[in-house]
Amino acid sequence: MIQQTKATTKSRQAILDRLLGTEVIGPGLPTVDPNQLIHFEDPVAKFIEVLATVGGQAHVVDDLRQIGEILAKLPVYSQAKRVVSLVPEAVPSSFDLAAIDDPHALASLDWTIAKGEFPVAENGAIWVQGETMPHRVLLFIAQYLAIVVSRSQMVHNLHEAYARIGTPKSPFGVFVSGPSKTADIEQSLVLGAHGCRELQVFLTP
Amino acid sequence: MKTLPIVDHPTKAHAFVADNERTHWHDQALWFVRSKRDKQAGSVPEWEYLRSLASQIKTETIAKLGDYLSEFERNATALGATVHWAADAAEHNEIVLKILRDHETLRIVKSKSMLTEECGLNHFLEDNGIEVVDTDLGERIVQLRKETPSHIVLPAIHIRKEEVGETFHEHLGTDEGASDPQYLTEAARGHLRDKFLAGEVGITGVNFAIAETGGFVICTNEGNADLGVSLPRVHIACMGIEKIIPRFEDLAVFIRLLARSATGQPITTYTSHFHGPRDPQSELHIVLVDNGRSQLRNRSEFRDALHCIRCGACMNTCPVYRRSGGHSYSATVPGPIGSVLSPTRDSSSYKSLPYACSLCGSCTDVCPVKIPLHHQLLAWRKELVDQNLLPYSKRISMKGASILFRNPRLFTFAGWVGRKSLKWLPHGMTHNRWNTWTIARELPEPPRESFRHWYAANRKR
Ligand code: SF4
Repeated sequence: MIQQTKATTKSRQAILDRLLGTEVIGPGLPTVDPNQLIHFEDPVAKFIEVLATVGGQAHVVDDLRQIGEILAKLPVYSQAKRVVSLVPEAVPSSFDLAAIDDPHALASLDWTIAKGEFPVAENGAIWVQGETMPHRVLLFIAQYLAIVVSRSQMVHNLHEAYARIGTPKSPFGVFVSGPSKTADIEQSLVLGAHGCRELQVFLTP
Repeated sequence: MKTLPIVDHPTKAHAFVADNERTHWHDQALWFVRSKRDKQAGSVPEWEYLRSLASQIKTETIAKLGDYLSEFERNATALGATVHWAADAAEHNEIVLKILRDHETLRIVKSKSMLTEECGLNHFLEDNGIEVVDTDLGERIVQLRKETPSHIVLPAIHIRKEEVGETFHEHLGTDEGASDPQYLTEAARGHLRDKFLAGEVGITGVNFAIAETGGFVICTNEGNADLGVSLPRVHIACMGIEKIIPRFEDLAVFIRLLARSATGQPITTYTSHFHGPRDPQSELHIVLVDNGRSQLRNRSEFRDALHCIRCGACMNTCPVYRRSGGHSYSATVPGPIGSVLSPTRDSSSYKSLPYACSLCGSCTDVCPVKIPLHHQLLAWRKELVDQNLLPYSKRISMKGASILFRNPRLFTFAGWVGRKSLKWLPHGMTHNRWNTWTIARELPEPPRESFRHWYAANRKR
C-alpha cells in the first residue's frame, strides 16, 4: 500500500447546493403492506423449482453425512483436487485454508462448499454472509460451488429476506441464485461465465 | 463545453436498417427478452403494487436527494469507505486516475458500468497508460472490437456469434470460423481469468446505494464484479447520484423488479452487498457523480427520468429501438429513456431523438419505476418547438397545417384536391425517392366523397 487516497470533495458543496437549492416536495416513503406480498403453500418446493430454472440443483438432506455421499457421485467432485469446505462437519477440505493469506493463491480451486444463512423461495436465492468465508473470493473463484443451508430458515420473498438481515453487520453479503451465467453471445445461455460452472444446494433440516 | 455534432437518428440508423435480415434478427432477439420479462412479471401477483412502491420511493428520494446523499456519505465514511464527489465526467475521471496513480496501478479490471461509459473512462485511462479490461463478456466483446455498447444491459446484442468468433480468433486465438457460444464463452473465461488475477484495482458500477447503511449493491450474472474486486486490495465504485435509495428494506422492492424487468430472471445470479472495505488493509472508494443530474432534477417536467434503474426493459419493448439498433442514438443510454435523457444534456444535438418514437406507450407500460416515458418524449417535442429547434421542413409543414385547419374553405378544397390526386396521379409521382414516407407503404384508396358531403346527404334533413 503506497498511500491511502484522500476523499475528493471539491465539488461536494456545489452539488449539494444545487440539490438543496431547489425544494421539491416528495410523497413520503411507503410502508410495504405484508398482506399484498406473495406467499407459497410449500416454499421449499417452490425454492427447488425456481433454483432448477436458473440452472442450480437442490438436494433435500436429513443428515449432513448425505452431502458427502451425494457429492462423491459427481465426477467433477470425485476428480477434484482442491476443495475448500466451510462446512467441515459435512465435508472435509483438501488443504489447510489458514495457510493462505493472499486470495490469488486460490486461483486453482476446484470446489468451495459454502454455508448459507437462509434460502428465498420466490427467486431460488441463498443469502451468504461474508464473515463465513475467510476470503470472499472463495465463492466466485472456485470452478464449482455447493451451498449448505437449512430449509427451516426459508423465507417466502425478498421483503422477508431483508427484514431478516436487518442491518448488515459485515462488509460483504450476497444472494446467490444458480451458477454463474451469461447470454451475451446472441442470447444463448451459457453456464459458467466467470464464477462457478455448477451450483449444488443442500437443504438441511 | 464543446458543442456536440448533431445526431440525426434516421441517418444514424440507415446502415443498420438497410440490412433487412439483420434488423429482423435484432428485433427478434430483443422481443425474446421482452417475452421473458412478461413471463416473470406475470408470475408476481403484486407486480403493479411493487411498481407503485418503487415509483413512490424514487420520487421521494429525488425530492430529498441532497439529504440522502449526505446521509449516505456519513454512513459510508463511518464504515471506512472514502467518498468522492465529481461534478462532471472530467472530474470523475481525474479522481479515478488519482487513486490509481497513488497506488501505482498499471492494470485494472472493470465490471459493467454505464456511468464510466458515460464519462469515457476507458479511453481516458488508456491515454494515461493504464490497461483497462472490461470483464463483462458483452462489454469485453465490444471493447475488443473497439465499439461501444448498443444496449445498457446487453452490450453486444447487435453482434452476431460469427462476428464474435472472428474477434476472438483475432484476439484470443480461438479456432477460425468458430461460432459456438459455449466454446467462445469458455475461451473468454480462460482469457479473463488471467486478467482477473493480474488486476491491481477493481472498478465497478453501482446498482443501488443505501443512504441508511452507507453500503451499495451490485447485480451481475457472470460474477465478474465480485471476482474483480475480491482479489485486489482497492475497489473503486462509481455511481451517478441518482442511484441512492433511502432504506435497506427498499432493496427488496428494487431487486425484485430489476432482473425480472431486465432479462426475465427472478433475480441475478449474484446480488452483492458491500458495506465498507474488505478488511483493514483494503480500500473502498465511492465516486458520486453528478454530470448533469442535479440540473435535470430541477426540471419538473423531466425529473422523473432520474428514477431510472437502468433495466433496459423500455429498449427491449421499443419498436423503434428494436429495428434501428442502439448505436443510432449516439449516446450511452439509447432507447426511450435515452431519448428523454440525451436532449436534457444538449437539446440541439439530440433534437431528433424525441421523434425516434411512435408514441405507442409500450415503454411506459413496462417501466418498473413507472417513468411516463412516452409522455416525456411528447413533452420534449413541445419543448423543441419552443426552443425553435424543429427542422425547417417540419416547421413549414406545421405552419401550413395550422393555416389549413383554421380555414374551412381551404380545408374542403384541400380534401378535394387530395381525393382527386390520389385517384389520378401516376404511381411514379407519389412513389419516388423524394417521398420517404412511401418507401414501404402504399397510399390509401381515395374515398368517393368527403365526410361533409356524405353527412349532408344522409343525416341532415
Ligand atoms: S426507463 Fe424504466 S424501463 Fe427504461 S431502463 Fe429505466 S427503469 Fe428500465
